[in-house]
Amino acid sequence: MSEFKVAPANATAGVKLLTWVDNRFPASKLWKEHLSEYYAPKNFNFWYFFGSLALLVLVIQIVTGIFLVMHYKPDAAQAFASVEYIMRDVPWGKLVRYMHSTGASAFFIVVYMHMFRGFLYGSYRKPRELVWIFGCAIFLCLMGEAFMGYLLPWGQMSYWGAQVIVNLFSAIPFVGPDLSLMIRGDYVVSDATLNRFFSFHVIAIPLILLGLVVAHIIALHEVGSNNPDGIEIKDKKDANGIPLDGIPFHPYYSVHDLVGVAGFLILFSAVVFFAPEMGGYFLEYNNFIPADSLKTPPHIAPVWYFTPYYSMLRATTDDMLKVFDVLVIVAAVLALWKGKFGSTAKAVIVVASLIVLTGFGLFKFTGIPALAGCDAKFWGVLVMGGSVVILFFMPWLDQSPVKSIRYRPDWHKAVYGVFVVVFLILGYLGIEPPDPLKTAMAQVGTVLYFGFFLLMPWWSQMGTFKPVPDRVVFHAH
Amino acid sequence: MSESVVVHDGIDESKRRWVAITCGAGAVAGVATAVPFVSTFAPSERAKAAGAAVEVDISDLKMGEKKTVEWRGQPVWIVRRTPEQVAALGKDTAELADPDSKRNPDEQTPPYARNEHRSIKPEVLVVVGICTHLGCSPGDKFSAGAQPSLPADWPGGWLCPCHGSTFDLAGRVFKNKPAPDNLRVPPHVYMSDSKLLIGEDKA
Repeated sequence: MSEFKVAPANATAGVKLLTWVDNRFPASKLWKEHLSEYYAPKNFNFWYFFGSLALLVLVIQIVTGIFLVMHYKPDAAQAFASVEYIMRDVPWGKLVRYMHSTGASAFFIVVYMHMFRGFLYGSYRKPRELVWIFGCAIFLCLMGEAFMGYLLPWGQMSYWGAQVIVNLFSAIPFVGPDLSLMIRGDYVVSDATLNRFFSFHVIAIPLILLGLVVAHIIALHEVGSNNPDGIEIKDKKDANGIPLDGIPFHPYYSVHDLVGVAGFLILFSAVVFFAPEMGGYFLEYNNFIPADSLKTPPHIAPVWYFTPYYSMLRATTDDMLKVFDVLVIVAAVLALWKGKFGSTAKAVIVVASLIVLTGFGLFKFTGIPALAGCDAKFWGVLVMGGSVVILFFMPWLDQSPVKSIRYRPDWHKAVYGVFVVVFLILGYLGIEPPDPLKTAMAQVGTVLYFGFFLLMPWWSQMGTFKPVPDRVVFHAH
Repeated sequence: MSESVVVHDGIDESKRRWVAITCGAGAVAGVATAVPFVSTFAPSERAKAAGAAVEVDISDLKMGEKKTVEWRGQPVWIVRRTPEQVAALGKDTAELADPDSKRNPDEQTPPYARNEHRSIKPEVLVVVGICTHLGCSPGDKFSAGAQPSLPADWPGGWLCPCHGSTFDLAGRVFKNKPAPDNLRVPPHVYMSDSKLLIGEDKA
C-alpha cells in the first residue's frame, strides 16, 4: 500500500476529496496509467479509430439491450409478438431496437477493420501476442453473442439459422448428436432453446465479453500500442523515461478519437434512421415471418458478417476432400524432400499425413469400415471453425522480419489485397443460393483463404524488405 | 507434531501435502457442483414426454401430392407417388450416394422400408422432411427436368435451400452433396388402408 497522503491545508474541497479517495482507491493512479500518462505513438492514422469505436458500439449494445429486455418476452409463443410490440407500441421502441440491430452489424464492421489494422501493421507480433489472442477471443464471443441474439426475434431466419448452426455440432464424431441435444435442450429448436439463448445473450456472454475487453486493454497498456511503422517507441526515451515519439492518450487521442466517433455516428445514424434493414442485409426479410418449424424459407442465408465462414462450410463437399487429399500429399512430400527434419520427425509427418488422409476418406475404396473416414459434413464444420481459430495463430504464422506492411516487399501488399478480395467474394457467395459455379468459386476461395495463413511462415519471409526507420514517420498537420 | 516436520529449501512438506489434498478435495467438490448445472442443459422431462405418435388420414392425398404433419416438432412428409415416379426410382441409381439405404440403416431406414422405394406401399413415401446435413427442411422440386440450382436430368425430388443437397422421390441423397444420409423414414404403420400412424411400428 502506498503512503497515506495529506492534502495541503489550503487545498480546494475537490483536491481534498480526491486525496481522500486516492488513499482508499487508486483513482488518480488508474487515470494516469491508462489515460493521462499512457503514451501512445504520435503517428496513429485512420485505422486506429476502430479500437475506441468498438468500445463505443459495445456501450451502445449494452445500453439499448437493457432497454429492449424491459419489453421483450423470451417465450416461443410470445417472442415474435413482443418484438413487434416494441416496434409498434413502445414509445421510441422502434428506434432502440434499430439501434441494437444496426449496432450488431456496426460491431462487426468496426471489429473487422480493427483486425485488418492488426494485419497491416503486424500489431499481433511480439510482445503483443496476448493482446491479439484476447482480441480473437473477443471476436469469438461476439460471434456467439450475435448468433444467439439472432434467435430472439423468433422469425423464420432466427429459427432456421439456429437449427443449422446447432446441428453443426452434431457433425462431431461420437459426442456430436448429444452435444447438439444439450445445446437445444430439446429434440428440435424450441422454447427451451430460446430461453437459454436469451440467458446467454443477455448475461453470460456479455460478462465474459466485458472481462475479455478489460484483459485486452490491460495487456495493451502493459506492452504499449503498436503504430503504422511497426516500431517500438519505448526504444527511444527522453530523460524522464517518456518515449520520444509518444504522446499522452488523454487529451491527445481522447480528443482525436472524438473525430472518429463523430464520423461513425453520422454513418450509424444514417442507417438507423433511413435504412435500418439495409436492404435485407442487417435485418433479413424472412425474419419478419414468425418461426415455422415445418417449413424452411426457400432461401436461407446467415447475416452478412457470418457469410465468408458459411461459404467455406458449403464449399467442403466430397470433391473438395479430394482436393484436400492432393494438398496434404503435396505438403507431406515437400516436407520430406525439402524440410530439414530428423528421421523421427519424418516418421511423424508420414503417420500424421496418413491419418489425415484416412479421415478425408482416401482409403474408403478398400471397403474396410475403420478406413471409411469422416463425412464431408464433419470436415465442413472443421473448416468453418478452423477459418476463425486460425486467426489465433497469426503471431506465429507471420515470420516477416518487419512488422509493418510499409516496409515489406510491395508484392506482400498484393497478397493482402488478394486475401481481402477473397474474403469479400466468400462473403458474397455465402449470401447467394448454392449452384455448381458458385460452389466451385467458394472452393477456390477456401483454398486461397487457408493458403494465405498456412503458407504465411514461408511467403512472409520472402522478398526484399525496406529499411525500417529509427523513429516513427510523422508529418505535423 | 513439530518433531515430524520435514523442511526442504524452506518448504514445509507436510503443509504442502495438506495444501495439495485440500486443493484436490476442492476440485472434486467443484466438479460435483458443476454436474447439476450442466445437467440442466439436457431436455426436460416435459420435452422428453412430448413425442407421441401421430395419426394421419391419407384418403384425401392425391397422386403426386404431399401432406405434411408434425411429429416431435419435425415435419413428416407423406407423398403419394405416381406410377411413373415409382418406376423412375429404379433408374439412374448411379447418381445416388446410397441407393440401397445401407448407411446407418438403424437410424435412417426401418427394415420395412429397406427397398428401392423406401416405403411399405410402393407409391406412399413417408419421410422426415429434415435434411440430414444440418437440419433444414428441403423444398419440393417434384417436376422433372432442368431448373435453377438443379441438374438438367433432374428426376424430381427435393432441394435443400440451405446447402443445396438434393434428394430423389424416395428421399435418397444424390452423390457429392453435403448431406451424408438419405432422409429418415420414421417408424410408421398402416392402421387401415388410408390411416397411418407415425411414430410407432406396431398399431
